[in-house]
Amino acid sequence: MNYADIILIAPEISMALLASIIIIVDLFSSNKKLLAPLSLIGLLAPLCFCIMVRDNPSIGFNGTVKVDDFSVFFKYVIILATGLVILSSTTYAKRFDKHQGEYYSLILLSATGMMLLTSAIELITIYIALELTALPTAALAAFIREKKSAESGVKFLILSAVSSAVLLYGMVLIYGFTGTTYLSEIGTVIANHLSTSGQVTDNGILLFSVILITAGFGFKISAVPFQMWAPDVYEGAPTPITGFLSVASKAAGFAIILRILYTVFENETLSSDWASMMAVLSAISMSVGNLIAIKQNNIKRMLAYSTIAQAGYIMVGLAAMAGNTTLNTSGPVGILVYLAGYTFTNLAAFAVITAVSEDSGDDSIDSFAGLIKKSPTLAVIMTVSMISLIGIPPTIGFMAKIYLFGAAVETNLTWLAIVGVVNSVVSAYYYLRIVKTMFIDSPDETHKIHPSLGVLSASVIAISGTVFFGFFPKPIIELARDAINTLIG
Amino acid sequence: MTLERFLILGAILFGIGLYGVLSKKHAIAVLMSLEIMFNGVNVTAVALSRYTVPYTVPDTFEAASRFLLTGHVFTVFIITVAAAEVALGLAIIIAIYRTRQSVLITDAKELSR
Repeated sequence: MNYADIILIAPEISMALLASIIIIVDLFSSNKKLLAPLSLIGLLAPLCFCIMVRDNPSIGFNGTVKVDDFSVFFKYVIILATGLVILSSTTYAKRFDKHQGEYYSLILLSATGMMLLTSAIELITIYIALELTALPTAALAAFIREKKSAESGVKFLILSAVSSAVLLYGMVLIYGFTGTTYLSEIGTVIANHLSTSGQVTDNGILLFSVILITAGFGFKISAVPFQMWAPDVYEGAPTPITGFLSVASKAAGFAIILRILYTVFENETLSSDWASMMAVLSAISMSVGNLIAIKQNNIKRMLAYSTIAQAGYIMVGLAAMAGNTTLNTSGPVGILVYLAGYTFTNLAAFAVITAVSEDSGDDSIDSFAGLIKKSPTLAVIMTVSMISLIGIPPTIGFMAKIYLFGAAVETNLTWLAIVGVVNSVVSAYYYLRIVKTMFIDSPDETHKIHPSLGVLSASVIAISGTVFFGFFPKPIIELARDAINTLIG
Repeated sequence: MTLERFLILGAILFGIGLYGVLSKKHAIAVLMSLEIMFNGVNVTAVALSRYTVPYTVPDTFEAASRFLLTGHVFTVFIITVAAAEVALGLAIIIAIYRTRQSVLITDAKELSR
């Protein structure tokens, strides 16, 4: 370990330091209003370090951590999501009274884990980063002192521990098969092995560990059939945390899946196997998520099922990466664009939900009735974000979907693209139901909602990102291209 | 003792743990079953570390230590993180007990409607 190594993970170190500083300030200061602005300003440090390390990509810590355009792209997304979540928590966190310091620092610690996860290129490091991501979010899910929240916390903790155990079993078997835990070396050994024996099916252990690892990560991105935890946890957790879970931890999960699939299992004989597995999982995730979302009455629960469906759309990119003999890049580029766009869109929606549920006291869709009269700004923001979630222009959701489904068609997965488009139409039903509730239904009583400055600015920033990058997607697409090019190398 | 026996022991422990997580009603018993799952993985990791010869045998000590103890290091990390996981689990279970005077998983059904 030397100076260069420290610089390499400076974004993570500064993020963890920021979390500690928040706890210490919380300990000695009675003014809890300071904490949110302090953490927001502090987030500039990891951001600056990210920009700094992007210029000289390299590998450090004995080959366990790799900083490249790919990981820096995801670090931007995670820092953005963290910032927006903290911004929209400013009034929400007041209910935690003297525990606000812990609330913010747990968010930052989880973000540290996610950022580390995007850089990790060694199995033990990946596992540690994954747990650093999951444990603080379990604590956050249980943060409100009431039945639902505690229940969602324990559900998340137990199911995430089971999925970690499954993932670990897969990792250990891979380690036994190859004799190393470094992703690049594992890739070499597997490639050598396949070139001599040829078939994967002869080596049950290899395929078995690929399946175990897919199951473990499938949980993190809430893909069917590992989605059972999502609706319960999303409903019970504090609203900003639900947004954080749905966006940031999903981005980190996809980052590590992409990295593992591309650097370890990119071999042609293997990739055709997992690509078809991803295609099936993707189609099931989309359909199950969208169909169950239709009959939900709780908006957080509905968005949980919508998240499952969105994971299905993103997995189209995973399925499309290996349809041809040469690795196709437009699938993974689409994944990155989609995740960036989804961060803006979903966090705008969750900021609005935070503001509305603050006012009405519950999370039912009915509490959105007549929102256009109560607060036109929130209603318009919610409408635009729903439009982006469906994938209608001129929003980033549309651009990203074009990319993903286009990649599917390029790799002879036309059926998957068709399933995706049909699903988008189905999803329009329940997304537009919220728009209808806001604009047409009349509320029980009309009073103005005045969202606090934090929530309002979070939703405005997020929605302007959604619309701006809908018109000018070029910066995001170029960043994503650079990222994927460094990943494939 | 051959490698197979250890692998079978690991697999059996993993299976017992998984069955326990899925079937136990008491939250503490679920956490214990989780530990069994992790220990199944640990047995597998240590056995593989002992029996697996790296694909190239390194000649210097530094390079060799990178390979030869990996499974043990992995296990130490798994034990540590599992301890943290259980500590957090117990804390949340106490929070649940305070709100509903019961630690049975079957009673936690506020959210599944």
